[in-house]
Amino acid sequence: MIAYLLAQTIAITGGTVYPVSGPKVEHATVLIQNGRIAAVGTNVTIPADATRIDAAGKWVTPGFVDGGTQMGLVEIGAVPGTREAFVQNDTIAASFNVAEGINPASTLIPVTRIEGITTVLAAPQGHLVSGQAVLIDLDGATIEQMLVRSPVGIVANFDENAKGEGGGSRAGVAERIRRVFNDALEYSRRRAEYNRGAMQPLSASAADLEALLPVLRGQLPLIAVANRRSDIETALRIGREFRLKLILAGGQEAWEIADAIARAGVPVLVEPLDNIPTYDALGVRYENAAALARAGVKVALLETDTHNARNLRQQAGNAVSYGMTWDQALRAVTLSPAEVFGVADRYGALEVGKVANVVVWSGDPFEFSTTVEHVIIRGREVPLRSRQSELFERYRQLPPKY
Amino acid sequence: MRHATLGVLFIAAIGCASAGARPAQRPAPAAGPAAPAPAQARGSDETSSIDRAQYPSTYQRHPNPPVLIRNATILTAAGQEIANGSILFKDGRIVAVGATVQAPADAVVVDGTGKFVTPGLIDDHSHLGVYAAPGTQAESDGNEATNPVTAEVWAEHSFWPQDPQIPLAIAGGITTIQALPGSANLIGGRSAILKLIPARTVQEMKFPGAHYGLKMACGENPKNVYRSRGPSTRMGNMAGYRAAFIQAEQYRRRWDKWNKDHQGDQPARDLRLESLADVLRGNIYVQNHCYRADEMAQMMDLAREFGFHIRSFHHAVESYKIADLLARDSVSVSVWADWWGFKEEAMDGVQQNAALNQQAGGRPIIHSDSPSGIQRLNQEAGKAMYSGIRAGIPITRDQAIRWVTANPAWALGLDSIVGTLEPGKMADVVVWTGDPFSVYSKALQVYNDGWLVYDRNDPKHQPRTDFELGQVPAPGSDR
Repeated sequence: MIAYLLAQTIAITGGTVYPVSGPKVEHATVLIQNGRIAAVGTNVTIPADATRIDAAGKWVTPGFVDGGTQMGLVEIGAVPGTREAFVQNDTIAASFNVAEGINPASTLIPVTRIEGITTVLAAPQGHLVSGQAVLIDLDGATIEQMLVRSPVGIVANFDENAKGEGGGSRAGVAERIRRVFNDALEYSRRRAEYNRGAMQPLSASAADLEALLPVLRGQLPLIAVANRRSDIETALRIGREFRLKLILAGGQEAWEIADAIARAGVPVLVEPLDNIPTYDALGVRYENAAALARAGVKVALLETDTHNARNLRQQAGNAVSYGMTWDQALRAVTLSPAEVFGVADRYGALEVGKVANVVVWSGDPFEFSTTVEHVIIRGREVPLRSRQSELFERYRQLPPKY
Repeated sequence: MRHATLGVLFIAAIGCASAGARPAQRPAPAAGPAAPAPAQARGSDETSSIDRAQYPSTYQRHPNPPVLIRNATILTAAGQEIANGSILFKDGRIVAVGATVQAPADAVVVDGTGKFVTPGLIDDHSHLGVYAAPGTQAESDGNEATNPVTAEVWAEHSFWPQDPQIPLAIAGGITTIQALPGSANLIGGRSAILKLIPARTVQEMKFPGAHYGLKMACGENPKNVYRSRGPSTRMGNMAGYRAAFIQAEQYRRRWDKWNKDHQGDQPARDLRLESLADVLRGNIYVQNHCYRADEMAQMMDLAREFGFHIRSFHHAVESYKIADLLARDSVSVSVWADWWGFKEEAMDGVQQNAALNQQAGGRPIIHSDSPSGIQRLNQEAGKAMYSGIRAGIPITRDQAIRWVTANPAWALGLDSIVGTLEPGKMADVVVWTGDPFSVYSKALQVYNDGWLVYDRNDPKHQPRTDFELGQVPAPGSDR
């Protein structure tokens, strides 16, 4: 992969390996070379120059993937100067790709990765169409080094928050989304006339219409934020009309129509600990993720508090408490999001040739008692340090030494 | 996804910052500023409002049979973890806890094999009922953000007992809450100390004999809310508290004198100063939203200037930096396990905050400030405990369970009544499906004053609010 990593050869030996794509393997070795997984199994020849990590008694999994963050796009929630996920004055912000707003030096990145989250979606917010979300690894000095895939999809909002730009009505949201999709198709058919100024004004700028075309060709997913059952159904309906590749996000009442979502083949991004009723989704409940998984829906779990994306582990544990199987939950924070975001050829499993994002845990990754012992991102072991660990070290004995 | 949530977060941050005071109810049904002699005046034409009961609790224990839970692991929060233990409670009181307990013939026997038992959890920082779901402007009753000092408002007068978040918190093992005003104001008002039970009125939930709290707030929230009219700076905040308490000193003197000699006209009643004067008398406990270490040190100086005691710093994200000073002054800290970064004064959060305060001899509390977090306060305590242990701070399980039981009971002045499983304590008891510090454990049964208010396996003991009927699907239903 990328040469800057100066990737090590690392052999993680003796652990219980959860490849996710297959059953767990006891006393196995994961060999990492050149940023990739070179071997997984109980009969792996370890090169003499390999750095060895003794994982006897430990659990080894792929790095976790959180599809619900604004990582790199927010440093301090209340400080606008540090927020980058929202572009103003563009109701259809389809051409807004968040990537260049990402701050690779964000303090949130080490805080997150040292707890086993190695890859996240950095998503835009607001408007009817928010913009383009990108997938990033939580290591790298530059945006280019961090990017895994850009764009991953275009975010559109079908929930209560979208109404303001939908004329104050859910039906208005649907109508405006349809209008802009139709305009984008019209634009692509009549680009020459458009450029001559021979067309009626369209409902979005040429740049935004252009950006929507991969979505309308089914090449790029539309990440549809919807929570109320009827809003989810609207998103599914529009998806059928325009033959879109949909990803549902939020999906708080999705459990009510889990079978229909499964039949549509649409994956859902779910935050398991959502359960506070609002008028946007009075049916929100803890059992959502489990009900969807049981119906055969591909589920990826989220922690949407960017500062605490590390609590994806707790979200997954609670998803298990409320009905997911443990294996389903592990998949829902590794391989399933990799599939949903179109990178399963490189991410989400411990298999030969995959990018070496690997975590060694002292035990069950979802348990609070478990310690993260090693984090490897793209074949490089990252130090288990963050601004928070430095604050702790400074103040563990009082008074501090400045 | 977060899209919708970010805006909410800011509002919520104000909410948590701005929760004001908790209503301290006096041990006896008390009047206002000073204890007058209500008996003399009552019924006479000359009585005035001050002589009559002030919004008294109408709480009554729900009748229930004795309960014996046996063969469970019992975390008493009083120093013991009893394997294969039993606990008996009767008439709302814990009768016995130990390896073997004799049960009366009429006791309901609960098999606790594989289960854990703890005291009912206490959240000393909640906005349930005052920021109720479904969360529209109509339920936004937590911040009287019309004046920087609103010591006159009482959270109980905003509290909506049909908040659908209440049953969710009960199902998380919560038996007592402090419902606080928000943190928009320097002094936000009185808190409500409530038994978390299904009820028609807040009076039925008011914890008998509890002291009111007074919500105060430092830092960013008040100065941002009042930026245009002031205070607009942290020094402005300090001047605002001092001006209010200077007035309260005078008011207190005037009333104390009149209560003693009844000479001349009764002084005019001022609800704002009445609350503050009761802080000065020690009848109302200060619950102080404050993030930064340096500001907490300022607030402790303020408390010394006016001779009151701050019972707890809430949020206290930087309390680990001055854990020694806080322990010295017996100020507890009500903290999150891991929230940080949503504003500048929250940037220095560390996961070992509670553990470092414990290490320094302080009194940490894990609070929620969240309708979501309140449903898993046990998990938050677990996270905080293991964060400490991992960093080499030897937190015991008994200490960690106290973070959500005995310690918040102390912050509310209720530690002689609730917060531990000891004979004579109120029978607030939770049976957990497993170790309460595990992510996989859930409350199985919740007893509040001996009343089985929640049973995960029995829909008859899964209370639902009026709000939920016909619109929020029941657990287990398809819709």
